[in-house]
Amino acid sequence: MSAQGTRAAPLTRHATVDTRGATLRAIYMIWRRDLIRFWRDRIRVVGSLAQPLLFLVILGTGLSSALRGAGGGAFRGGLDYQTFMYPGIIGMAVLFSSIFSGMSIIWDREFGFLKEVLVAPIDRSAVAIGKTLGGATQATFQGVILLLLAPFVGVKLNPLAVLELLGLTFCVSFALAAVGVAVAARMRSMMGFQFVLNFLVQPAFFLSGALFPVTGLPAWMTALTRVDPLSYGVDPIRRVVLEASGVPSPVLDQLSMTLSGHVVPIAVEVGILLAFGLVLMGVAVLSFRHQD
Amino acid sequence: MSDSRAASGAVVEARGLVKSYGKIEAVRGIDLAVRPGEVFGFLGPNGAGKSTTISILCTLLRPTAGQALVAGIDVTRDPGGVRSRIGLVFQDPSLDDQLTARENLEFHAFLYNVPRAERRTRIDGVLEMVELKDRESSQVKTFSGGMKRRLEIARGILHYPQVLFLDEPTLGLDPQTRSHIWAYLDDLRKREGITLFMTTHYMDEAEFCDRIAVIDHGKIIAQGTPDELKAMVGGDVVVVTTREVVAAADQIRRAFELEPIVDGGRLRVEVPDGASFVPRLVRELTVPLSAVTLSRPSLDDVFLKLTGHAIRDEGAGQMDQMRSMVAMWSRRGRR
Repeated sequence: MSAQGTRAAPLTRHATVDTRGATLRAIYMIWRRDLIRFWRDRIRVVGSLAQPLLFLVILGTGLSSALRGAGGGAFRGGLDYQTFMYPGIIGMAVLFSSIFSGMSIIWDREFGFLKEVLVAPIDRSAVAIGKTLGGATQATFQGVILLLLAPFVGVKLNPLAVLELLGLTFCVSFALAAVGVAVAARMRSMMGFQFVLNFLVQPAFFLSGALFPVTGLPAWMTALTRVDPLSYGVDPIRRVVLEASGVPSPVLDQLSMTLSGHVVPIAVEVGILLAFGLVLMGVAVLSFRHQD
Repeated sequence: MSDSRAASGAVVEARGLVKSYGKIEAVRGIDLAVRPGEVFGFLGPNGAGKSTTISILCTLLRPTAGQALVAGIDVTRDPGGVRSRIGLVFQDPSLDDQLTARENLEFHAFLYNVPRAERRTRIDGVLEMVELKDRESSQVKTFSGGMKRRLEIARGILHYPQVLFLDEPTLGLDPQTRSHIWAYLDDLRKREGITLFMTTHYMDEAEFCDRIAVIDHGKIIAQGTPDELKAMVGGDVVVVTTREVVAAADQIRRAFELEPIVDGGRLRVEVPDGASFVPRLVRELTVPLSAVTLSRPSLDDVFLKLTGHAIRDEGAGQMDQMRSMVAMWSRRGRR
C-alpha cells in the first residue's frame, strides 16, 4: 500500500481546494478553448462576415443611391445612408457571432464534450461564465474586423474612438452572448435552437436601429425598439463613429436613442447592456446548475 | 463527514440504490461493494441498468432512493468531492476533436486542479502510457476510434483518481483494438494501483475482472469472482445440437431427471462429471444428434442459467441501447 501513500499527497490537496480558485481556472480554460477553436476555424470566421458585408456593400450602396435619387439629397442631416448604416452592420456582425456562439454549447452536448465539463469538480457557473466570455470575445473580434472598412464608407476614426468602440463592442457582445448561452443551456437540439433564433435574432436585428433611426417611429414600434438590447449597442457605436467622422452633434442627437424624449447618455446604455448581460448570465448559471 | 471507508473497506459502496423515471424503475435496489485496487465488472445486457447505476455513482444522476459512497464520500451530499477523486471514461466519446491530444489533457488538468509543477510531466506520462506521445500535437479529429479511447483513458487517470469508471470502454471497437485497450488497462492498474469499475456486455471481457456483478432488469442477480460464478453452474456444460429439440429435451428429462435449457436449436445441461455423462447421453437419446459438446462453464452459461436468456453481443450504438431500454420498459409496463 505504499503506492497509495505516495498518491495521498495530491489528493488531500484536492480536498481542501478553494472552489473560487477552481471556478476561475475553469472559466479561463473554457474561454481559452473557445479562442483556440475560433482561431483554428478561421475560414468560418471570414465566412460569417459575408452577410454583414453583403448588407453594407449592396444594400448600403443601393439604398444610399435610392435616397439620393428620391430628391431628399441625402439621408437625414446630409448624412450618407451607407455611413449611417455602417455602425448598424458592426452591430449585426456582433449579434450573429455572439448568439451563434451559444450554439457551440449544443454542439458540445451533441458530441459529448460538454459531459467532460459537467462532470468536472467545478462549479457549473464556470460553464455559463466561460462560454459567455468566450462568445463575447469572438464577437468583439468579428465587430472590430469591420472597423477596417471605415475608410471605404466615409468614416474617419481616431485612436480614442477605436478604443471606445472596442469597449462598446465588447459590452454588446457580452449582453448578446449571454442570451445565446442562456438559450442554449436549455436546448437539446440544433433544430430547437435555430427555431428560437429565428424568433429572436432577426427581430432583434431589424428593431435595433441598424438600418434606420429608432426615432420618429410609430408608438408600437418605438416600444419594441426600446426593449431590444441590441438598440443600446448600435446607438452608442453609431454616436462614436459619426462623432469621430465630424458629424455635428445636433444631427447626432436627432438620430440618437431617446427614452421619454431625452437622449440617453452612452454611460446609461453601457449600464443597460451590462445589466442585461449579467441577468441572462445568471439565468444560464441556474440552468447549468440544475441539469444532470 | 465521517470516513465511512473505514467501516467496510470498500472504495465504492452502494446500498439499496433505486432510480426511477416516473413509474419506470431503471435500477431496482442495488447493493454492491468494490474493494480498493480491484477490477470490478458490471455485467449485463443493454438496458439492464448498468449505465444508470454508473451515472449515479459518478454523481451524474441523483438516486431516487438508497445511498452510494465513493472514496468514502456520499455521492449526493458532496458530489464535488466525489468528482475530484474519480476518473471517467464514457460510453460515447467526449473529447474536443478540434483540439490536439495534449490540449485536451491540459484542459482536463486545469479543471481537475493538477498542480502546476506536475502538470507537464503528468501529461507526458499518461501520453506515453497509452502510446500517443508522438501524436500529442495532432488534432483529435485525425485519430482512430481506438486512439480516441486510449486518449480518454489517459485523461481519466490524469488527476490521480482513486477509482476509474469505464462505461463500456471497448464498445464499438474491433477485437484487436479491444485487446489493446485491455492491455493498457491492465498496465494502468499495475502502475497506478487504481480501482477499476467497468460495465461491459462482452462476456470475454468480464473474464478480466477480479469480481463481477451480474445485473439484469435493474437488479443484481449474482456477484462474485468469475470462478465463483462459474461454480454456480455446477460442473460441466454439455450442449446437444439436434433438429428435434423438444423430443430430445423430453428424453433427457425422463432418463436423467435433468432440466435442459433450450437455447435455439441447442440443449444445455449441467452435470458434475461431463466426461462420463456424454456416453450415457448418446446411448439414451434416440433422436438424431448433429453434435454433442462438453465444456467448462463460461460466463455465458452463468448468465443463461441466472436469467434464462443469453446476453447478446449487439453491435450496440446508443440507438440500440435506447431501443432495448424502451423494450424493457414497455415489457414492464404490461405486467
